[in-house]
Amino acid sequence: MKFTKDHEWVRLEGDVATVGITRHAADALGDVVFVEVPDAGKAVSKGDGFAVVESVKAASDVYAPVDGEVIEGNAALSTAPETVNADPEGDGWFARIKVSDAGQLDALMDRAAYDQYLTTL
Amino acid sequence: MSTMNTVGRPTTPNQVETRPATLTGGRGLLQNEALIFEGDGWGKTGVDLPEPKGDASDLGDLVRKDPIGLPGLSEPEAMRHYVRLSQKNHAIDLAIYPLGSCTMKHNPRLNEKMARLPGFSDIHPLQPQSTVQGALELMDQLAHWLKTLTGMPAVALSPKAGAHGELCGLMAIRAAHEASGEHEKRRKVLVPTSAHGTNPATAAFVGYTVVEVAQTDDGRVDVADLASKLGDDVAAIMVTNPNTCGLFERDILEISRLTHEAGAYFYCDGANFNAIVGRVRPGDLGVDAMHINLHKTFSTPHGGGGPGAGPVVLSEALAPFAPAPWVVSDGDGFRLIEREEEDAAQAFGRLCAFQGQMGMYVRALSYMMSHGSDGLRQVAEDAVLNANYIKARLSDLMSAAFPEGPCMHEALFDDEWLKGTDVTTLDFAKAMIDEGFHPMTMYFPLVVHGAMLIEPTETESKAELDRFIEAMRALATAAKAGDVDRFKGAPFHAPMKRLDETRAARAPKLRWTAPEGSNLAAE
Repeated sequence: MKFTKDHEWVRLEGDVATVGITRHAADALGDVVFVEVPDAGKAVSKGDGFAVVESVKAASDVYAPVDGEVIEGNAALSTAPETVNADPEGDGWFARIKVSDAGQLDALMDRAAYDQYLTTL
Repeated sequence: MSTMNTVGRPTTPNQVETRPATLTGGRGLLQNEALIFEGDGWGKTGVDLPEPKGDASDLGDLVRKDPIGLPGLSEPEAMRHYVRLSQKNHAIDLAIYPLGSCTMKHNPRLNEKMARLPGFSDIHPLQPQSTVQGALELMDQLAHWLKTLTGMPAVALSPKAGAHGELCGLMAIRAAHEASGEHEKRRKVLVPTSAHGTNPATAAFVGYTVVEVAQTDDGRVDVADLASKLGDDVAAIMVTNPNTCGLFERDILEISRLTHEAGAYFYCDGANFNAIVGRVRPGDLGVDAMHINLHKTFSTPHGGGGPGAGPVVLSEALAPFAPAPWVVSDGDGFRLIEREEEDAAQAFGRLCAFQGQMGMYVRALSYMMSHGSDGLRQVAEDAVLNANYIKARLSDLMSAAFPEGPCMHEALFDDEWLKGTDVTTLDFAKAMIDEGFHPMTMYFPLVVHGAMLIEPTETESKAELDRFIEAMRALATAAKAGDVDRFKGAPFHAPMKRLDETRAARAPKLRWTAPEGSNLAAE
């Protein structure tokens, strides 16, 4: 699993990346009350907002960690946004993206580097 | 045993100190108020209407057959319903209302008196212009004051609120880029991370892609980051000054210069104009468009979501694209320039059906004329002084988000000082309610952790500020002393206890539905 500075995680299996927000992000947001995930077929570019997460405190964009095309958005989140708080790095995934350049993941942080990054915030 | 007078009435107060819960849910002369639909007033009417003569209708089969489902109340019942609700609420007429970024200042009663003059309150927007010359002259004068105070050559009065003003400004900017043939390539709007949420929302609504600009450690726009993002694909920047951290953007002239060099326009969010009115003219800073919240800087009521007014001042470059109508004086009196006329050939359209919020125009001009230009300058000075007084008197107990130097019209604290207390910004705000004070703005701006944004405005006296400060200090001391229970369940003394915000957001009840089996069907 790899991590971005904007607190997204990405797990690559074959050429498909599953993407979500980290435990740190979910905790910082507080109770999530609304999630908007992209539809299948949507083209995304690294760094662009591709989903929205809204908590009692704030609404935030979720940025695509890689270029690619959305295969599936996690539709379950629209009726059960609390899943993002309960299991952010598992059932609370946002989208599965067919990655166009797996090399882009090399620039992201691994768990140890991300944990180290969190201590600097 | 207390002593009694000759009719058996006690003559000394009793000494009972326990406080039992009430039997009815009422509290101290305040009854529990049901929804207006849940009263017993069905079928009643508060006015004596004559029976209709016959039931002939032009609607044929479309005539309603079911009850309309509206409650019927007598006049005293209707009065009491709303007065009771208002007693559970807070108002600027009760105490300080320190919501940062909102400018909850006193609404002078002189404004209200002026707005009720029949020549302003009893007119209709479709009246012949010859019969409303006074109202048109007032609009012309208001425009003159706004242009003079901002140093800008044009103003669109009609936008109905701040965000509507942002829309007006960006539509003028888009119209200017369309006129110069650059619209297709200029698709981005730059917005700092500390901006009001309406800024990126407006840019997106007008069809632009929003690009965030970073902030420096001392709470200002990162000019280097801005410069790196400016280019011939940028339509405009949107900068609030003073910004939402309550700080003056000291590089504002450089920001303006870089923006114009890149061929983009400078939209200034004027929400915080109250901190600089009479002292700084945005036109001198190179601003191309700026909305002015009359309900902030110029003391008109905030209302329950309206009516508001957010006029937009425009630079020479954007003035031709201003929306219709506007008032001109041509020797024969005052008249409205409408879109069909030649003078308005480039106007991007109009923003509302008529001329805007006349009642707010009257109040704002009343405020301006009663203060004068010297008084308006003092408004800004006192607003800044009051905020700095609060910042200075709380900074030893609480952590100022940007401790260096003075703030402008609002004092911003973060939650660093609450670390280890188990009390959050939310808990602290709720405990303020128990102490009789409306909380400050919390968790905004988003760039500051656990933000507490306090804007006292210039209309609070030193005595009221001191009462507020003493309450804050007492609470801060209690939080640091480990008195956590005081905060976790707060508010304990308000009509409603801690509300479940999460449930309200996840499963909102957006309309009333009649109880099962009831005949109170609201259609």
